[in-house]
Amino acid sequence: MTDQAYNFAYLDEQTKRMIRRAILKGIAVPGYQVPFASREMPMPYGWGTGGVQVTAACLTPVDVLKVIDQGADDTTNAVSIRKFFQRTAGIAVTEATQEATIIQTRHRIPETSLTTGQILVYQVPIPEPLRFLEPRETETRKMHELEEYGLMHVKLYEDIARHGTIATSYDYPVKVEGRYVMDPSPIPKFDNPKLSDSPAIQLFGAGREQRIYALPPYTNVVSLDFDDHPFQPSKAPHDCDLCGAADSYLDEVITDDQGGRMFVCSDTDFCRSRRAAGHVGRLGSAAVEASE
Amino acid sequence: MTMMDRKLDAEHPLFQVQGLSKYYGSRIGCADVSFDLYPGEVLGIVGESGSGKSTLLSCLAGHLTPDTGRVIFDTAVGPRDTVIMAEAERRRMARTDWAFVHQNPRDGLRMGVSAGGNVGERLMAIGARHYGEIRGQAIDWLGRVEIAADRIDDRPSAFSGGMQQRLQIARNLVTAPRLVFMDEPTGGLDVSVQARLLDLLRGLVRDLGLSAIIVTHDLAVVRLLADRLMVMKDGRVVEQGLTDQVLDDPQHAYTQLLVSSVLQV
Ligand SMILES: [Zn+2]
Repeated sequence: MTDQAYNFAYLDEQTKRMIRRAILKGIAVPGYQVPFASREMPMPYGWGTGGVQVTAACLTPVDVLKVIDQGADDTTNAVSIRKFFQRTAGIAVTEATQEATIIQTRHRIPETSLTTGQILVYQVPIPEPLRFLEPRETETRKMHELEEYGLMHVKLYEDIARHGTIATSYDYPVKVEGRYVMDPSPIPKFDNPKLSDSPAIQLFGAGREQRIYALPPYTNVVSLDFDDHPFQPSKAPHDCDLCGAADSYLDEVITDDQGGRMFVCSDTDFCRSRRAAGHVGRLGSAAVEASE
Repeated sequence: MTMMDRKLDAEHPLFQVQGLSKYYGSRIGCADVSFDLYPGEVLGIVGESGSGKSTLLSCLAGHLTPDTGRVIFDTAVGPRDTVIMAEAERRRMARTDWAFVHQNPRDGLRMGVSAGGNVGERLMAIGARHYGEIRGQAIDWLGRVEIAADRIDDRPSAFSGGMQQRLQIARNLVTAPRLVFMDEPTGGLDVSVQARLLDLLRGLVRDLGLSAIIVTHDLAVVRLLADRLMVMKDGRVVEQGLTDQVLDDPQHAYTQLLVSSVLQV
């Protein structure tokens, strides 16, 4: 039931128009950070107000929304954003990746391959990949404009010098269509390859920093690296203990205070679907899990 | 035949400055400065503080835009006026063909980045993508400026002032720039540290055949490093010539004062 105190999806139409213009500009210039006038949302900044505004500007009454946080649909953050749009837009929601038309995410790209027509909206805390070494906003803008990206490799150089390998495991910088260097938001680098050549539209919203950027479908996205230290999308060297998946990103879960632990898919929908389909991991029980 | 005449015969100027002026409102920053610099030549610019030498250097290096005049650099595609060049091109030049050594190493170093990363940055900026080779060149350059290889992963904040300045020099020279600007490179250092740095700079200038423009108030610096000297007062060049000639037989009254150490700045 839509709360009539608000316009559809909370934001007024003028604000949505303004955000859509920024999104279209972002899609026209892949990887370029478009400034936009971020609005106050009825939730704190750390809760993904940038992503929420982008989602609000994209939603139509027939959309089906999925919201995930760290891959899970049932965390507080994901639940409250989902409820927010149910209340303000009255749209349908789902936990199934393939059923969603819009997926708002924090920290993950779903394991299930996205398809044409889907929109993936990322919540972005810090959109500027050069911020780490160059705090001046005027200077980082100039560096993007002039493609002065040597500094990104200085960051990776420092990583190798200190750790012997590129230790950056989240927020791993990418280059878009050979032009703009982009921060993919704090997804694990395991997810970086999924950024490239995706049939879905990928939109990135940073509320506090007032930036929107985008990857149109089938955009070439390359993770930065060195010839002698090539990019490696890494994950824990285990299979999922519940569904047995060998190729999904895993969370380590402490199971007791005797040091017991298990590895499970961070993408809860993916894991559940696999178990429902009869896949069983080391500690899983297909029948029980599937009948929940 | 003097060294300069030989160079004039042999080559085109690397750098030509013509009628350069910069005003701050009605106040003169520097006025009507012209000179040519030939490849392999080191030009010293001396004067007291407020003489306009720092303003001039900023205009030459593209940090300030002059009000009038041309600053022509002999680029890979021929002589180009860098004043009217597109900013992208000027910045590209500034990190490849040019180098700038600041008086305060903190202005020229990234203090949060290791010594190796500082030296490697210009290499990476022009496309170096092999970590091992970048590190190898960084170690080589640290050696050339007398910094031990085992300090490569230390940050500049752990270095003494003299070491920081040597690191800044290595960071600038690693890409073999064709023209180096230096702003009081020995300023702010203890006398004994200055002497060591000067000695090092002299070796680099000689070994690499550097072309450089050095602004300083320290006549000992230009005596050791500069082939040619320009003396500035109140924003204008009052005397210029071969360094030894100017220092040993100054013509202008102001230069005579400078040389006689009456003016100690
Ligand atoms: Zn699983």
